[in-house]
Amino acid sequence: MTHAARAGEPPLVRFAAVSCSYGRATVLDSVDLEIPRGALVGVVGPSGAGKTTLLRAIVGGVPRMRGVVTVDGRPVTGPRSARVGWVPQLETVDWDFPATVREVVCMGRWGRAPWRAWMTREDRAAADAVLDRLGVGGLGDRQIRQLSGGQQQRVFLARALISDPVLLLLDEPTSGVDIRTRDEVLHLLADLNRTGMTIVMTTHELNSVAAHLPWVVCVNRRIVAEGDPERIFTAEILNATYEADLRIVRQDGAILVADAAPHRLRSALRHSHDGYEHAHHEHEGDPHIHDHDHAHRHEPVPHAHADGSVHVHEEPRS
Amino acid sequence: MIEAFTEPLRYEFFRMGLAVSILVGLLCGLIGVYVVLRRMSYIGHGLSHAVFGGAVVAYVASVDFYLGAGAWGFFSALIINAVARRRRIGADAAIGIVTTASFAVGVALISRTRSFTTNFEAALFGNILGVTPLDLGVVTGVTLLVAAFILLFYKRLLFVTFDPEVAPIFGIRAGLVDSLFALALAATIVASINVVGVTLIAATLIIPATTARLMTESFGRMLVLSAFLGAFSGGLGIYLSYWLDISSGATIVLLESAIFVLVFVVDALLGRRNVWAPAPPTRRSETAAYDD
Repeated sequence: MTHAARAGEPPLVRFAAVSCSYGRATVLDSVDLEIPRGALVGVVGPSGAGKTTLLRAIVGGVPRMRGVVTVDGRPVTGPRSARVGWVPQLETVDWDFPATVREVVCMGRWGRAPWRAWMTREDRAAADAVLDRLGVGGLGDRQIRQLSGGQQQRVFLARALISDPVLLLLDEPTSGVDIRTRDEVLHLLADLNRTGMTIVMTTHELNSVAAHLPWVVCVNRRIVAEGDPERIFTAEILNATYEADLRIVRQDGAILVADAAPHRLRSALRHSHDGYEHAHHEHEGDPHIHDHDHAHRHEPVPHAHADGSVHVHEEPRS
Repeated sequence: MIEAFTEPLRYEFFRMGLAVSILVGLLCGLIGVYVVLRRMSYIGHGLSHAVFGGAVVAYVASVDFYLGAGAWGFFSALIINAVARRRRIGADAAIGIVTTASFAVGVALISRTRSFTTNFEAALFGNILGVTPLDLGVVTGVTLLVAAFILLFYKRLLFVTFDPEVAPIFGIRAGLVDSLFALALAATIVASINVVGVTLIAATLIIPATTARLMTESFGRMLVLSAFLGAFSGGLGIYLSYWLDISSGATIVLLESAIFVLVFVVDALLGRRNVWAPAPPTRRSETAAYDD
């Protein structure tokens, strides 16, 4: 199997007129989307545009939803109905929790046979097998903090894969990790995809992540565009997605999304503060930086406004 | 030496008090692990105050203490959950509002009817001497129920405690688990109130669990250690309280605190953690130092 959609086969995931809202704010508005079997899809869009909600809708994790999502032909009615693996944002994990790698991986099976208090030999064997498969065998007895970034991501991938899902969903798998770990994670996902696993992930990193993926969906309450980033990373589409002023540079087959007026931001930031020249470095295509509040928004840390689900829930865009 | 331990056992009130406080220590030690790991320490403190309000209302309305206080505590826990889910209200503020208002109801009612002050002094500070066979029965029942709940829901509780947002995605009914846990916590507090008192319950919930956390990195062992520390402190605390003639609740809490300090110091000396250094980094780029 390859990651390419296979002609004639029904899609693995289908959204039919799906709308989601939190309180009075609509986060997704009448979305139609199909994800073919074996695809590797990135979901991009500004903070609060519904990226994480889109993923959550696939696992029935959105409280107020209209329309129908089907996985493998069956409508999703709740978390138990779909065989879907979920990898949360690593930044939301409580790394000080007294749990070993094996315990965390086994949690992936607990939705189904939860009555026994202890882990069976079969549980352990399954956990060790999936850890082995991901190249982190032998770490089962470690407390989860005692791992590198790449290992931590693999542990949570193992938890998602242990129940043998048909689909893998990852919420910002590269958010807050260093460059080496990011590349490690992306290569790992590519390997999994090559074995036939369908993968959907959200990301806010256009240049370093989304541009390399075979298929990207641009979301801003509705689907703005989808396709190969080679084709759809145009100024028109990305500006519509991010409601920003971006410029696309193509050189030697590579795509670079850049701020159309970096000097404006630069002078605004320098005006109030010196020494933050790297502030903009990882914020390519992030619209609200140069919209308002120049003086107050110069956090140099890129993940300061990583598009976590919490933010999506708490501050829906109006 | 042995005489010192056997001598008080001649009295029935002491035997009863000993049994009750060992059970309460065990119970609080078990539930406390979840309270501490969910960073709900303040809720134990708040709920015990809410239960006090419920106890007074039950008294005034001539309802059974355990029934009235238990229901009041359970609903307070549910209301806290509901209020904390509202935007713009933090969980700490929600606990503060609900439980203090509830405590104030109790204070207001007491101030109008001045006839039962001694009972409520016992409720505030604990009174092991006043333990009745009914109290012993209730504590035993609650301990068995909570132990059964933890055993049956072990995996689900662990998942919801570890990752409440993600557990439902893996098919765990987090709402049900949370409600049952609120019920177990309220029952624990109501059952413990006569022994340690409203003002000291939070400590018996938190200290054994925190001490156990310093001693292990395994959740299962933490649960067992915490229950053991609680039961041990409950038992020895009652003896100390008898020998030194100090209030039972205070003795148990002071003993638990002493054990905590001891473990904390040993842990620091062993160098497993440098307790005086700033908290360890959470960033993955830095934990990469552990890479092998």
